[in-house]
Amino acid sequence: MTYLTTIGLEVHVQLRTKSKMFCGCATHFGDAPNTRVCPVCLGFPGVMPTMNEEAIRLTVMTGLMIGSQISHYSKFDRKSYFYPDMPKNYQISQYDKPLCIGGGVDIEVNGVFKRVGVTRIHLEEDVGKSMHFKSASGVDFNRAGVPLMEIVSEPDMVSPEEAFNYLIALRRILLYANVSDGNLEEGNIRCDVNVSVRPEDQAKLGTKAEIKNLNTFKGALNALKYEILRQVQVLEQGGRVVQETRRWDADTGVTLSMRSKEDAHDYRYFSEPDLLPVCLSVAQVDQWRSELPELPGERRVRWMKEYSLSEYDAGVLAADREIGDFFEAAARLAVSAKAVSNWVMTEMLRLLAEKELSIRDVRITPWALAELVALTEQRVVNSNTAKEIFAELFEKGGDPAVIVQSRGLGQVSDATAVEAMVDRAMAENPKSVQDFRSGKAAAAKFLIGQVMRLSRGKADPQLAAKILESRLGASPDARQGEDVS
Amino acid sequence: MDLSSAHLTLHEAVQLLDAGHCSSRELVASLLAAIKAHDGRINAYLYVDEEAAMAQAEVADARRARGERGGLLGIPIAVKDNLNVKGQPCTCGSKILQGYVSPYDAGVIARLREEGAIFFGRTNMDEFAMGSSTENSAFKVTHNPRHPDYVPGGSSGGSAAAVAGGEALAALGSDTGGSIRQPAAFCGCVGLKPSYGRVSRYGLTAYASSLDQIGPLTRDVKDAALLLGMIAGHDVKDSTSLNVPVPDYCATLTEGLRGMRIGLPKEYFVAGMDAEVEASVRQAVEVCRQLGAEVKEVTLPYTSYAIAAYYIIATAEASTNLARFDGVRYGFRAQGGTDPIDMYSRTRAEGFGAEVKRRIILGTYVLSSGYYDAYYLSAQKLRTLIRRDFTTAFETCDALLAPVSPTPAYRLGEKNADPLQMYLGDIFTVPVNLAGICGLSVPCGATRAGLPVGLQIMGPACREENVLRIGFAYERSRPRI
Repeated sequence: MTYLTTIGLEVHVQLRTKSKMFCGCATHFGDAPNTRVCPVCLGFPGVMPTMNEEAIRLTVMTGLMIGSQISHYSKFDRKSYFYPDMPKNYQISQYDKPLCIGGGVDIEVNGVFKRVGVTRIHLEEDVGKSMHFKSASGVDFNRAGVPLMEIVSEPDMVSPEEAFNYLIALRRILLYANVSDGNLEEGNIRCDVNVSVRPEDQAKLGTKAEIKNLNTFKGALNALKYEILRQVQVLEQGGRVVQETRRWDADTGVTLSMRSKEDAHDYRYFSEPDLLPVCLSVAQVDQWRSELPELPGERRVRWMKEYSLSEYDAGVLAADREIGDFFEAAARLAVSAKAVSNWVMTEMLRLLAEKELSIRDVRITPWALAELVALTEQRVVNSNTAKEIFAELFEKGGDPAVIVQSRGLGQVSDATAVEAMVDRAMAENPKSVQDFRSGKAAAAKFLIGQVMRLSRGKADPQLAAKILESRLGASPDARQGEDVS
Repeated sequence: MDLSSAHLTLHEAVQLLDAGHCSSRELVASLLAAIKAHDGRINAYLYVDEEAAMAQAEVADARRARGERGGLLGIPIAVKDNLNVKGQPCTCGSKILQGYVSPYDAGVIARLREEGAIFFGRTNMDEFAMGSSTENSAFKVTHNPRHPDYVPGGSSGGSAAAVAGGEALAALGSDTGGSIRQPAAFCGCVGLKPSYGRVSRYGLTAYASSLDQIGPLTRDVKDAALLLGMIAGHDVKDSTSLNVPVPDYCATLTEGLRGMRIGLPKEYFVAGMDAEVEASVRQAVEVCRQLGAEVKEVTLPYTSYAIAAYYIIATAEASTNLARFDGVRYGFRAQGGTDPIDMYSRTRAEGFGAEVKRRIILGTYVLSSGYYDAYYLSAQKLRTLIRRDFTTAFETCDALLAPVSPTPAYRLGEKNADPLQMYLGDIFTVPVNLAGICGLSVPCGATRAGLPVGLQIMGPACREENVLRIGFAYERSRPRI
């Protein structure tokens, strides 16, 4: 029996605001427990929430990025449940009037493009973090009240891979719109997944399970893979899948039951009486729309046209906003956008991956890369030297021309000097000269290599080839490109 | 003027201080002496910090000596125990907040502090403002200063008893369904519930957020106008506070009643109400007519639904507002909990009193899925209709006159056994909260047993100047009790 899978995701995103959702405390991560708190985010008696307008803007920007309809009337509600990490024992969230409705995210799995629908985006406050010690538990409320945006997808995904790619694509959009730091280690993005399976000849969706609080994309992928197998196994053995909430145990690689539908929470939603409804004017939303960054897809198409990049290259460069921004900044300054693209696609991405760095962390500037491209194009340096310079720029920053000069890396393009070296190479290797004259074209390559050795790699190989050619008498086979050393 | 007089008002005290006839230290000392003398009998206060009071008085005297002035510089104000004052306890009359010391000032406290007021003590109240007699306090039973066997009303019973009993010049209270006006009526002082949003609620421990308002309890109407002028206005910390200009309430007090259109809602004069109360109120209405007001009967047809709507909306909001009292972060925590849920259960079972539990359970029930539409949503619709009643009435009236309560103060313990009887006593006060309008309670006589009766003056939203003007004119026309 073949089974079909249906997956929907609820993604929680911490927004990139300076202060919390309803008070003035900083959202900074990693401080000592309970140092970023005040009476408001601790739920003291008598405190009241005040709206963080930047959080509203960032949520709307996200909605605009994915084509949502923006609500001109939206409101907040109280969602009640008791938990030690919840200061008021209700969470201020949005129930029936979310900020954004509809929209979708484009994903690609194995070369096939697909749009995953988004049901809604709403705004709420994050909770604290429970910590368990040997004999007691504690709660760190630094996170409590951080603006949290929840993006609810349609049940449009049919495989763990699609869900995984949806998460990747969504994160890219969040980074593009600059609405979140998107840092998974700091818990900026967390998700709950809903998954069900059904025999392929059955139209009605199967009973779903919800797996809560997955804080890595790999975790979501693995949890889904496991859960689908588990549900299929239950059905294969003639059992019934029960509707329940489960959690993913990353250490053992299994999902475990938390609670069944029978003891599901009744959140008792009702309008938050301490906040006014959010009324966004058409002019306001239009203003924000005009501030939207270019979307990855739009960038890809534009770069193919403007910089004559291949679809693949443009796609890779546009996928990450910061990489793309760097590329474009350098391309605008450089004599060859194609050369910039090659540097970013190869050396840059390789070094970033190798050193596990973000482009924010490296010292090389777009201007420096454009300079390096100019030096290569003008044959001041050959490509191997250029790679060395790039590595240095990557690590330490600086001006490529200064590096060339201070380390004497410039190509020797002075004809007299190169002539002397060619003559010396011919004198030291009479056998090769003879071989060439007797028709072995490869001997010229060897001789150029000797010139490069004598010049410690700095001789302009094309100039050397030209001189050698005139010394030996024309032979097209002896013509050398770059990179003979 | 006798500093210990139970008639000394804020504006008189300010005059005495300004004229140098007395110091803030003398004023505070005489007040502390009065509390020492009477509070053993009245039980208005839960907490008095004599040392802090005298220290603040000393600072105020020094500032005055330097030529500084301030609306209330050196004047002590009593505070209901549900308002946060930095460094003071704030128990809300509940065991569950025992040990909590407030780390911040409520919006109104910050404003009065700016004016130079002294905060020296906290007045008793029904636990979390749930009650109409102050008998629901976890700590003590406050007695009516006019008659020790009778309740002072509630939930701001401590504030009203302190003001009427000579233990405070003025006090702050809170009114969710009558909690300022009714105790003011029972004790014989002035009580003002401002319009919803007129005064910042920041720092008022919430009972029912869409109904709560902070207001003054004072010895005369002018003091109510004075205090309202200081505490009213927008506060960025309370999004529901209104960003509209605050008029000079004291300036319009003396404009008289000529040309004022006053309505008498016929639903507020019904069979079953106390005959002496009705007679006093009708007499007060007659006085207003003689002062030049034009009086006519109006109708507020949805009045009879107000109690039901109120107890659904208020308890629904309360069930979430009081969820934070769980023993995790502050206040009382019960011992012996085996896990968080068990700890919550024990803490809340031991920490809350019977009436609070009753309202939390009721509020939880009306918000539950499957019941929400039948109760909460219906109550909200009724609220809209009740508000519309007032809007219509105020199209032809500047204010409405009515009793505050259908009865005068009752005996301690008399209505404890039957909560519904107690709830029904709020029939004339809760509609004002549901509609978000303002209401003033002014003494209008007493029963033969010596129990005060209150006249309620209701005005449109943000027209406190109307009710204060009427209250002032009426008060002037008759001697103080």
